Amino acid sequence: MENIKNIIESLLLVTEEPLTIDRIKNILIEPGRKEVHNALTELSAEYEARKGGFLLREVAGGYQIRTRPEYREWIKRLIQPKPLRLSKAALETLAIIAYKQPIIRSDIEHIRGVNCGGILRMLLERKLIRILGRKEIPGRPIIYATTKQFLETFDLKDLKDLPTPEEIATLGDASLENME
Amino acid sequence: MQADIYNVQIDDIFEGPMDLLLHLIKKHEVDIYDIPIALITKQYLEYIEWMKIMNIDIAGDFIVMASTLTKIKSRMLLPSHEEEDEDPRLELVKPIEEYLRMKSAAEKLAARTLLGEDTFVRNPRLEDHLMDHEAEIIPVGLFELIDAFQKILENISPHERVNITADTISVRDKIVQIVEIFETRGSTTFNELFPKDAEQSEVIVTFLAILEMVKLSLVRIIQNTRTGIIRLFYL
Repeated sequence: MENIKNIIESLLLVTEEPLTIDRIKNILIEPGRKEVHNALTELSAEYEARKGGFLLREVAGGYQIRTRPEYREWIKRLIQPKPLRLSKAALETLAIIAYKQPIIRSDIEHIRGVNCGGILRMLLERKLIRILGRKEIPGRPIIYATTKQFLETFDLKDLKDLPTPEEIATLGDASLENME
Repeated sequence: MQADIYNVQIDDIFEGPMDLLLHLIKKHEVDIYDIPIALITKQYLEYIEWMKIMNIDIAGDFIVMASTLTKIKSRMLLPSHEEEDEDPRLELVKPIEEYLRMKSAAEKLAARTLLGEDTFVRNPRLEDHLMDHEAEIIPVGLFELIDAFQKILENISPHERVNITADTISVRDKIVQIVEIFETRGSTTFNELFPKDAEQSEVIVTFLAILEMVKLSLVRIIQNTRTGIIRLFYL
C-alpha cells in the first residue's frame, strides 16, 4: 500500500474524534500497527515542516488534526466558541481527580479543605469527569475519575502524560510564590 | 431578594480555608515548615470574624480549620515529655504540601494547549465548551479584598464609626449606584468606591455590593502587582 499516508490523512480529515491506530488498522486491513504508526509520524513531520495552519496531535489515545495555537484569535473571530474558563477551584478539583483517581468525594474535600459538591456537578455536566462506581465502604460513596473528554480538552495523550508527582513536588514553593 | 438579611455565598467562587491559611503564610512570609502557630491562628480567627461581620456565609470548613489550628496551638503550649514527640504542626504541614502540589498541578493543566481555547478541531463540538457564568476567574481573591477593606475601615474617623443612622442604603441600591459609575467610566479603583467621609454602614454595604457583583459576573477585579491598586472593570 503506497498511498497509506494519504488514506490516513483523508480519514483524519473526516473524523470527529481522535482516531486510534487500531481503528485505522481495521479500516486499512493490510498494514500492521507499525506501518500505521510510521505513516502518522511522517504526516506529523510533514505538517511540522510545512508550518501551516494545523498540526497532528496525539490525544486521548488517538490522533487528531488540530489548529495551531498561534492562530487561535482568528478562529475565535469565525466561530466564537464559549470559552472553557474553569475557576481556580474547579481546576484544583479537576487536578486532584486527575492525579488521584479513582477517588471519592471526601478525599477530594480533605485535600481542598472545602465542600466540592457544586464543582463536581459542574465537572460532570461538562463531561470532564465521570462516575466510576461506588466504593464498598459504609455509605457507598461515589468514585470519580476523569474522562476521555478531559484528555482531549487538556491535550493529553493519556493519564501518564500528566506531569509526574515528583515533578510537581519540587514546585511546591514556586507555586506558593506565584499564588496571586 | 431581601435587603435586610444579606448573605454572600462564597463557595465555588472564592477560596476555602486552605487558601486563607496560605494567604496568611504568604502575607507574613513565613516558612511552611516553621509556621508561627500562635500568630497564624490569631489572624485566621480574625479573618473569620470579619467574614461573619460582613455576613459572608462561611462554610463549616472554615470552622474545622479554626479548630485544627487552635488544637495545634494548645498542643504546642504543652510541655513535651518524650523525645520522640513529633511537632504538632506536622498535622498542618502535610496537607499544605499536598494542597500546594495540587495547586501547581492545576496551574500546569490550565497552561496547556486547551481545546476550544487555544486549538480547535475541524468539527468543534461547541456544546462541550459551554460555560456557566459562575465559574468566572477572579484574579483578586476574597482575602485580598478583605485586606483592602480593612484598610478603608481604619481610615474612617472614629466618631463616624459609631454613628449609624436609620437612613441606610440597601445592597441592591448600592449595586445600582456602582453600575451608574461604571456606565459613565467603564472602570474604577476599589478605593474610589469608598468616599473618605462615608459612614461605616455604607462602607460595609458597598463592600457587600462589590462581592455580589463579582458573583453575578458584573465586574472583573484586577490588582496591579506592582502598585497594589485594585481596579474594577464593568463586564
